[in-house]
Amino acid sequence: MEPLILLEGAAFGLTVKRLCHQLIEDRGHLGDTALIGLQPRGVLFARRLRSELLRITGEKQITYGELDITFHRDDFRHRPVTAIPGTTELDFSLDGRRVVLIDDVLYTGRTIRAGLDAMLAFGRPRSVELMVLVDRRFSRELPIQPDYTGQHVDSIGDQHVTVEWQETDGVDRISLKHVAR
Amino acid sequence: MSEALSTRHLLGIDDLSAADIELIFRTADGFKEVLSRPIKKVPSLRDTTIANIFFENSTRTRISFELAEKRLSADVVNFSSGTSSTKKGETLVDTVNNILAMKVDMVVMRHADPGAGVFLSRHVDASIVNAGDGTHEHPTQALLDAYSIREKLGRVKGVKVAIVGDILHSRVALSNILCLRKLGAEVTLCGPATLMPRHARDLGVHVSHDLDETLRWCDVANMLRIQLERQGGDGITNFPSLREYAMLFGLDRKRYEAIGKEITIMHPGPINRGVEITSDVADGAHSIILDQVENGVAVRMAVLFLLAGGPGRSARS
Repeated sequence: MEPLILLEGAAFGLTVKRLCHQLIEDRGHLGDTALIGLQPRGVLFARRLRSELLRITGEKQITYGELDITFHRDDFRHRPVTAIPGTTELDFSLDGRRVVLIDDVLYTGRTIRAGLDAMLAFGRPRSVELMVLVDRRFSRELPIQPDYTGQHVDSIGDQHVTVEWQETDGVDRISLKHVAR
Repeated sequence: MSEALSTRHLLGIDDLSAADIELIFRTADGFKEVLSRPIKKVPSLRDTTIANIFFENSTRTRISFELAEKRLSADVVNFSSGTSSTKKGETLVDTVNNILAMKVDMVVMRHADPGAGVFLSRHVDASIVNAGDGTHEHPTQALLDAYSIREKLGRVKGVKVAIVGDILHSRVALSNILCLRKLGAEVTLCGPATLMPRHARDLGVHVSHDLDETLRWCDVANMLRIQLERQGGDGITNFPSLREYAMLFGLDRKRYEAIGKEITIMHPGPINRGVEITSDVADGAHSIILDQVENGVAVRMAVLFLLAGGPGRSARS
């Protein structure tokens, strides 16, 4: 079956911009904010957000890090393949910062739980919020909800949501496809 | 790049494919970053219990394994033969099965007999990690050595590595040769003929008895320890004196400076200072001896993590 395209091109760019403006509207300024992208695919979203935010605010820099959660997963014995760790680049303390945790797709919530756990090694943030490009509602296994959402997708178990990025995949696109079980 | 180890135990480098080794290195990169954090601990193995069983003395390897286990949040029990029932005549399989009956998932073992790990893996139901079996293999040492070369020079393939000294008695040498060859490095063994295994060339390495020539050839020199405790067990001494050995096969500053280029110096420890290497070289700018020790923890974390997790591997119930 052909994948169903949920969002692409200019509309995709608008959604990312809207999330940036929402963040600025909520916080006023981003001085004490730290953006943290989750490896592997959340960092692509986080990098885009960073460059958009820099452009919109005219700031020179925004505190930004990338976090790998491989060693904090609760399912590493249950996955069909061994998870290969990505890199963590977080060279600042989270103490007192307002963190925005960033991932592309929110599904069961387990990755975010592992991300919250992994973050503990870097200090005690003042607050943590969650931003996702796609929220797959109704498939949560943990009580975790996003604060900023690009798009809601109501999907069933054997569907797979893929987010592609211009920078790495050559196209901005969110698509939904069936995977054989 | 494979996505899981092809083996359930780490008994020797012989069991690993080049893809396995690459997977271990990639995973170790992640753990190296973890070890640079203020909190150097991850919860991956919090449901795993590991027994460190050491029938032979060890400081570095035992502490390195224990730290690796603790930083993975595993539960750890330590056992050394001096204080154990093996003194009362218990067999190896009985000893280990008794430990496993207390719900232990993995065993890290050092033993004086070559093949002890292989034997154990056939008789007990747990993942076995060989932490040195006699003169046979010491796989995690070879992995951390190759990892340290990769870190220092950016690659292992094509690197010229000299392994110098007591090749005959060295499990580090055999594991290193196998590991480096699998990763595409060139290896020369250098040492007195009496400390060279007879069929060394069958392993795909060069053999030399001239240290100066070997040092000029290589990019990396791994100076092995003269294993005084393994010499002369059969009434034969393998070299006339330590003094003569140091003159012919020891690395000192003068010899290093005569090479005319920079080479990286390694040593698996413990060092006999003034025998195989002098202090000014061991502690000099080109030595990565302490980096090797540091990398040892990350590499052992990777090995334990990969053996404990992944497909078809579950905690014993």
